[in-house]
Amino acid sequence: MHELAITQNMLDVVLEQAKEAGAKEVGKINLVIGEMTGVVKECVQFYFGFLSQGTLAEGAALAFTVVATKARCRVCDKLFELEEFDWACPYCGGKEMEIVAGKELFVESIEVE
Amino acid sequence: MEIKILKDILGANEQIAERNRRLLDSQGVFAVNVMSSPGAGKTSLILETIKSLKGKTKIGVIEGDISSSMDAEAIGKAGVPVIQINTGGACHLDANMVNNALDSFPLQDIELLFIENVGNLVCPAEFVLGEHRKVLISSVPEGDDKPFKYPLMFDIVDAVLINKIDLLPYLEFDVQAFSQAIKGINKKAEICQVSCVTGEGIQQWVSWLLTEMGRK
Repeated sequence: MHELAITQNMLDVVLEQAKEAGAKEVGKINLVIGEMTGVVKECVQFYFGFLSQGTLAEGAALAFTVVATKARCRVCDKLFELEEFDWACPYCGGKEMEIVAGKELFVESIEVE
Repeated sequence: MEIKILKDILGANEQIAERNRRLLDSQGVFAVNVMSSPGAGKTSLILETIKSLKGKTKIGVIEGDISSSMDAEAIGKAGVPVIQINTGGACHLDANMVNNALDSFPLQDIELLFIENVGNLVCPAEFVLGEHRKVLISSVPEGDDKPFKYPLMFDIVDAVLINKIDLLPYLEFDVQAFSQAIKGINKKAEICQVSCVTGEGIQQWVSWLLTEMGRK
């Protein structure tokens, strides 16, 4: 649901950097999105089509790297992927953990002409 | 040519939020971002808190809704300054909307500002507003599986209020399992059980809030 605002913000970041680099055209945008953010790629793609019209980024390809939700067990310190409905460490059964990946939401790089 | 950027998509929002925070600090105002799904009891909780702190703490409220001003009217009747933000379709408040509201808010007259976010467990989790604390209200009828469905929201908040506990005898809601799931990922979260109907637990919540205000 928040993809419209996120796409607009992403486009602002991209255009600012492209302008700074003196680019004529943005060919590709590489995005990193954590699973926990709930950002739906298809929605970003859809809004991007509209929002980028008439900008340097019009027609740019979007590439998504999705980062799985990972936690570190506070008991045995091991890393694991957080399961949907069972929040326990698969190694020691510990129930206390710190989420260390899955909240990412950034523009990694752009490819420009 | 590839240009490395590594920039947060919501960095601009975070910068405005930082400005809001500085403005609030300069006026000595403690701000709480109140989030929940629709109908969990955000407005009721704010009204109960106003009642409980009457004559002790000066409160103001920013009401965020997609449309309508019903909540702002209810708060206004309680005699505290209130401003309504209508997001016009957006499913969350962002720092810029709050910045505009703060411009015309009588901050010099208040010590505690509640920012009632749009009812939604997904989007508000991404947008910081400049608040000092984030509070989530999760009500008994919503079910005890919410931490698993909306982990980001439960991970980022400072307190979770389990509201409508007067309904516990009638519904299946495992308070212990629910609390354990939250504590599992968010060790520091305060968990309070409250009912805005019977007033149960409101004292515990208010005393946590006052402690946090002192700690700001």
